[in-house]
Amino acid sequence: MTDFQAIMPTLIVTLTAIVTMVAESFQPKGDKVPLGGLGLIGLAGAALASVLLWGRDLTGFGVMRADNFALFVNVTLCAIGILTILFSGPVVDRERIPSGEYYALTLFGISGMMLMAGASDLLLIFLALEVMSLSVYVLTGIRRSSEKGAEAAFKYFLLGSFSSAFFLYGIAFTYAVVGSTRLDQVAATLAGQADGPSVMVLLALGLLLVGFAFKVSAVPFHMWTPDAYEGAPTVVTGFMSTGVKAAAFAAFIRVFLSAFEPLHAEWAPVVSAIAVATMVLGTTVGVAQNNVKRMLAYSSIAHGGYLLVGLVAANSVGKAGMLFYLLAYGVTNVAAFGTMALLSTEDHPHENVRDFAGLWQRRPVLAAMMTVFLLSLGGLPPTAGFVAKWYVFAAAVQEGYFGIAIIGVLTSVISVYFYLRIVVMMYMSEDVAVDPAPLVPRSALAGLALATAAIFYLGVVPTRVINLAVQSVQGLF
Amino acid sequence: MSFPLLSTVVFAPLLGALLLLAIPNRQNARDGLVRGLALGISLLVFVLTLLVWRAFDGRSADFQLVERVAWIPAFGIEYHVGVDGISLWLIVLTGFLTPLALLSSWIGIEKKVKEFSFFVLALQAGMLGVFVSLDLFLFYIFWDAMLIPMYFLIGIWGYDQRIYAAIKFILYTMAGSVLMLIAIIGLAVLHAQATGQYSFNLLRLYELSIEPRTQLWFFLAFALAFAIKVPLFPFHTWLPDAHVQAPTAGSVILAGVLLKMGTYGLIRFAFPLFPDAALQVAPFLGTLAVIGIVYGALVAMVQPDMKKLVAYSSVSHMGFIVLGICAANVQGMQGAVYQMLNHGVSTGGLFLIVGMLSDRRHTRQIAEYGGLKHVMPKLVAAFLILTLSSIAMPGLNGFVGEFLTLMGAYRWRPVLAAVAATGVILSAVYMLWMFQRVNYGALTNPKNKQLPDLSPREWAAIGPTLVMAVVMGVVPNLFLAPMAPAVDRLVQRLHAQRPALARTAAHDVVGAGRVRRAGKVTAGQVRPLRVEVRPLRVEPSRAALSLEP
Repeated sequence: MTDFQAIMPTLIVTLTAIVTMVAESFQPKGDKVPLGGLGLIGLAGAALASVLLWGRDLTGFGVMRADNFALFVNVTLCAIGILTILFSGPVVDRERIPSGEYYALTLFGISGMMLMAGASDLLLIFLALEVMSLSVYVLTGIRRSSEKGAEAAFKYFLLGSFSSAFFLYGIAFTYAVVGSTRLDQVAATLAGQADGPSVMVLLALGLLLVGFAFKVSAVPFHMWTPDAYEGAPTVVTGFMSTGVKAAAFAAFIRVFLSAFEPLHAEWAPVVSAIAVATMVLGTTVGVAQNNVKRMLAYSSIAHGGYLLVGLVAANSVGKAGMLFYLLAYGVTNVAAFGTMALLSTEDHPHENVRDFAGLWQRRPVLAAMMTVFLLSLGGLPPTAGFVAKWYVFAAAVQEGYFGIAIIGVLTSVISVYFYLRIVVMMYMSEDVAVDPAPLVPRSALAGLALATAAIFYLGVVPTRVINLAVQSVQGLF
Repeated sequence: MSFPLLSTVVFAPLLGALLLLAIPNRQNARDGLVRGLALGISLLVFVLTLLVWRAFDGRSADFQLVERVAWIPAFGIEYHVGVDGISLWLIVLTGFLTPLALLSSWIGIEKKVKEFSFFVLALQAGMLGVFVSLDLFLFYIFWDAMLIPMYFLIGIWGYDQRIYAAIKFILYTMAGSVLMLIAIIGLAVLHAQATGQYSFNLLRLYELSIEPRTQLWFFLAFALAFAIKVPLFPFHTWLPDAHVQAPTAGSVILAGVLLKMGTYGLIRFAFPLFPDAALQVAPFLGTLAVIGIVYGALVAMVQPDMKKLVAYSSVSHMGFIVLGICAANVQGMQGAVYQMLNHGVSTGGLFLIVGMLSDRRHTRQIAEYGGLKHVMPKLVAAFLILTLSSIAMPGLNGFVGEFLTLMGAYRWRPVLAAVAATGVILSAVYMLWMFQRVNYGALTNPKNKQLPDLSPREWAAIGPTLVMAVVMGVVPNLFLAPMAPAVDRLVQRLHAQRPALARTAAHDVVGAGRVRRAGKVTAGQVRPLRVEVRPLRVEPSRAALSLEP
């Protein structure tokens, strides 16, 4: 029975997805079943199940862990999912996206992400990765009339499959050396090798690294990100820039800090180089963007770099810091994209920096909340983004990685420049752009308000969540 | 636990700001209410800061009214605030200037009055937070968070180039402070290595003994953040832009309080946390300060724009403060702290005057004015007092501060003091010249013929600065006495013999030993300098405090 308890959160989300899909086909003509509401209930249930499982450290079917680490990520994913669904309502109606498929795919994606966070076997991680990726590929291209969407989905799919192949090869090589794909056995075998790692192991390590780096869009495997993020419906961009990243990082942490922990000395230099390149490229190229979606795409690349700093440090501060970062970044980024999605229509995408001109005059509350999201992404106190960045840089400094920490803080100053460009437009521009979007429904506003409150909560009194994050990584790896 | 006075002082403006936001928007119909309410809140905060002064025991060098609550225990981060003689007056200054800034924008700010008042009060909360923080993490939060309201004040209500100025302001300041953030984390890690647990508690970090190389790097990171804020030459380029583009209230607060955060940071954090490195780098910093004094004065002289002139005069005056700090002796430090207050009052007042002229004529070009004495004698009289205060006329506040800093500097590096003293002369040149061109001579420009003189509201804004300029010039001891114990302790800490000093050459060690003995002798009988009576009295035992051979 504990097997099923351990996979309960994933199970709930999967079942909700199926119910959503079935409900749509049985709904009477002209009558709308609130599919989004179903999804919200399912995600809330999954979050509740995760909270109830806290501290019990169950294992399901030998390959699925319900340890605090996975549960923390689960709650993060539920938060991301709930916000996404709250912002989706008006978008789905306005852009005539088939709602049954949309909500079902979102939920399937989340179930894949949850599987990924808890999987303790490389093969299961791969399966979870595919469940997640396939859902997101389809979501990217779900606006069938949009050329950009089709291009983005195709590009994402091709490059994504390519990286999946790398990942699979990595698993194969690992199996060839270890004789198992279970993470604990991989760790045990690698730790037992006295005379250094063999070429095979290094090859496996490198291939897995490529696979993960692709999914977290780290430089130089980030090429697909701006295109996919730009082409996807904005609300989906918010979802995949946070959910996919959170899940991929959870698995990345688990694989690299448990199974391949004995080889830390081998991969740390490579990952730190990737981290530096990711931070620098993400922020500097972000400066040059006029399309806000692309700008936030580069910004999310840069945030991947900051997260990698925590991975390089690999101490308990770094691990807990990454969890905190994923939560803070997830809530903030999904809300920032959500605001944009709520403001745009099919004909008038609210994407260019100029579209934000005078938003303050038109919609003061939305502008204020967007400012909070942007300041949090920029890492200014007293927001969640500041504590998150502080946390990972503290981890780096603790391990003596002063250089990486300094590059990290300096690039985050650069990133503040482009976040502030939007604020300048909203508040300081003389002209006022047309407001394409009709009313923003209360449910979506509630989502934004919830995100704002969470950002201040995590920024001002982060104690409780920090303690939970610390517990999540204790005695785990 | 007694009444949390300091927290009340810090958070009252913030609560007030949020209260303002709750007033519904109705086509600017309630601007009067909003203005009145904001002013009322800021006056209440001023009263609260005066209560801090009342509750403060001026004979003690310790931090007082301390509040300490665990905040993020996993990292030893605490909500830890307190006040000593150095921060006391800066808190009062902040409380003093904010109502004046709000009064000054009564008619100058017409759009979005509610948001304007919100940002001014939020800014005040941030500044007060910086001055009371005794936990480095808390300090950094306030330090950085305070940039946001200032950014909006400049960017929304400023003049033509406001966006450029606002972005330059925030990026410049952030670039400096993020390196300090790394050093702050580094300090906490060092504390963890030494004692097994993290701490951001300033008082505990004071006790750390840090090896010289690390000290130097950390000091440089802190000093850069503060040097940009001061601003010290050559990091000053954001200041003229920010000042010129900011609305009057922004300029008053920027010059009056914000710049002081830089020098306060040097005194409170950079110097006592890394004393060896500080004393080692001080000659270099002092030289930059002197360059800034002369350079700022020379550039001020040729400015056609009054606001820019006052902005460059700030660069020059702030140089005196840094010079006094670098001297690291009692006179220099006391002078520096005193000069911080003076500069707040006199430059704040000057910006108020420039704002009033600009409200009337919508120009700040000196050439547009001339002969104002004939149309608005009251304003010109106020202008004159503030001008004289700014050029350190004896009997007004500026004199005491500059005199003390120069005396401290002279005991430390006579050459630097001598060069800095030319700044005093130059300040007379540029200020009096501007004053003459604006106010004296014939009334040539017909547009100036009908200008109204000071209104009661403007009296209320400018009057307090005039009173303070005189009071601080005549009874400096009222202000110097409470800060003396804290300054003495700071100087002793800087020159105390430390294990790390054992590495230095033999004759230095002898010198350091002498210092320690001298410190013991004077420790019991610390007295504030009584400038108005015997300005030149230098206690021989104090002279030995200097590390100079």
